[in-house]
Amino acid sequence: MRRIPVLPLAVGLTVLLLVSLLCGVGLGASGIGWGQVFRFLGDGITGGTIRAEDVASYTIVWELRLPRVVLAAVVGAGLAAVGVAVQAMVRNALADPFVLGISSGAAVGANAVILLGAFAGLGVWALSVSAFASALAAMVIVYGVARSAAHGLTPLRLILTGTALAYGFEAITTVMVFGAARGEAARSAMMWLLGSLGGATWAQVPIAAVTVVAGWAWLARRAESLNALAMGDETSAALGVQPTRLRRELFLVTAAVTGTVVAVSGAIGFVGLMVPHVVRMLVGADHRRVLAVAPLAGAVLLVWADILSRLLLAPAELPVGVITAVVGVPAFLLLMRRGGYAFGGR
Amino acid sequence: MRLDVEGVSVDAGAVRLVDDITMRVDSGAFVGLVGPNGSGKSTLLRCVYRALRPAAGAVRVDGDEVHAMEPRAAARVLAALPQESSAEFDFTVAEVVAMGRLPHLGRTAAGDRQICAAALERTGIAHLADRGFLALSGGEKQRVLIARALAQRPRVLVLDEPTNHLDIAHQLDVLSMVRSSGLTVLAALHDLNLAAAHCDLLYVIADGRVVASGPPHEVLQPGLLAEVFGVRAHPVRHPETGAVQLLFDLLPKPSPISTASPSSLPSL
Repeated sequence: MRRIPVLPLAVGLTVLLLVSLLCGVGLGASGIGWGQVFRFLGDGITGGTIRAEDVASYTIVWELRLPRVVLAAVVGAGLAAVGVAVQAMVRNALADPFVLGISSGAAVGANAVILLGAFAGLGVWALSVSAFASALAAMVIVYGVARSAAHGLTPLRLILTGTALAYGFEAITTVMVFGAARGEAARSAMMWLLGSLGGATWAQVPIAAVTVVAGWAWLARRAESLNALAMGDETSAALGVQPTRLRRELFLVTAAVTGTVVAVSGAIGFVGLMVPHVVRMLVGADHRRVLAVAPLAGAVLLVWADILSRLLLAPAELPVGVITAVVGVPAFLLLMRRGGYAFGGR
Repeated sequence: MRLDVEGVSVDAGAVRLVDDITMRVDSGAFVGLVGPNGSGKSTLLRCVYRALRPAAGAVRVDGDEVHAMEPRAAARVLAALPQESSAEFDFTVAEVVAMGRLPHLGRTAAGDRQICAAALERTGIAHLADRGFLALSGGEKQRVLIARALAQRPRVLVLDEPTNHLDIAHQLDVLSMVRSSGLTVLAALHDLNLAAAHCDLLYVIADGRVVASGPPHEVLQPGLLAEVFGVRAHPVRHPETGAVQLLFDLLPKPSPISTASPSSLPSL
């Protein structure tokens, strides 16, 4: 199997991510020149003064685009890291961050805000808070149902419970969308179900960034234990890694990161499923390597997916999940055809 | 290092799978565990390598109860080859072997590499290091798992039917490799002749209890085999080595029509 060394790949992806962030700030429907973009960035960082006629452009760059691309990178990194962890946790290559039902739970809370005006007292925070709160509620329900006294959390029970409850949560969301009187609200609910970074503000960045980075660091420290867990519960126990305990911790960490990410961006598909696979094809299955690379790759992918979602039908926006699928599926198929990649023993 | 299983019992709901089993494996000995399917062999072994906590009893390595030890500390003295060999992810052979180093603290990359290279060398699979584990043959996989166990640098090795699905050459190969490791070994085995040839001592278990134990040829008597396995055994001498081998037939079944009363007829 041909494998790419991790260090150059990680460094290359970091550079690519920085360039992508710049492109994300510079490219957009309103046609602000690159010179201006760099000047605004400099002013924003150093606290310079903006001329009166530039205020509109400055606001677009500093208050709309920049938090949006940063959030795209954070969300992409979070989804990729959680995807890696969930696949090892349930020992299933088809798992993604949403298989545990957390995101469907978050959708119920978000749509309650969008469609029913719940938590109106929280103002601009209503959507994120409600989404996160219902993600937590979903997590408690899934955990409670999946856990058995004799065996703890087993992979199969987790997948079945998560999938079954996700259908339940989606049914609630659908009822709310159908019941909504206003067409625009239903459209915005739809956008949220497919995932979008359109609502990004600076206020969302710190919480999301801290959660994702902390989650990533926690997972990276347990990369070797994830290797053992991926080989099976008995092997894991024989190697000194208690599988039920590790799985319980993984469930809490991945659910917290998923809940946070979904609260700010909706359920952006594909990233958490495919990025782990693509990265494994490149660097192999060892979680120490996969976790070093996957979040960076997820960040780059989502920054570009978001740029395209803004540009392709400008000034209208496509759901970013459509772009991740359009870009990612062919890339994935191409890599798979290259061969040398086996999952599930085939 | 000596391994002691003391009065271990395991329950699954109301069913007692392992009932008060006591076994002793002396330092450096190769002890076999034989018994029919469902007799509790795997369940007992799972208690020994800590995948399962027994309802009662203790498993001690040189007197220390393994279930009271810190998990990694226990894994540093006791390694296992469980029966599961499913892997959803395509680790390379080198990566699988390197997992054996996981329980060790304060290790260096160079030290790990050296220990893993030695384990690959000893199991004769150095040439497979970069191959994917999932694509290997059954015999190669078993060697990789033995290499992982050796890389763990344990004192005690527990094997759950390590010769399953292997051809005869690989069966002999795996057992002699384990034997030559010099570790204290406890292995569940299906093939009684193989067990007799490789083990210092055998424990026969049925319905979760030890029904016999001792040197293989004292234990594997036709009477016991009929009772425990339901087979008729014929001891014969190997024409060249003179070692006693067992040939098997099904026990002649009493015809239900002539010997059983109508009330005890099996209801289908």
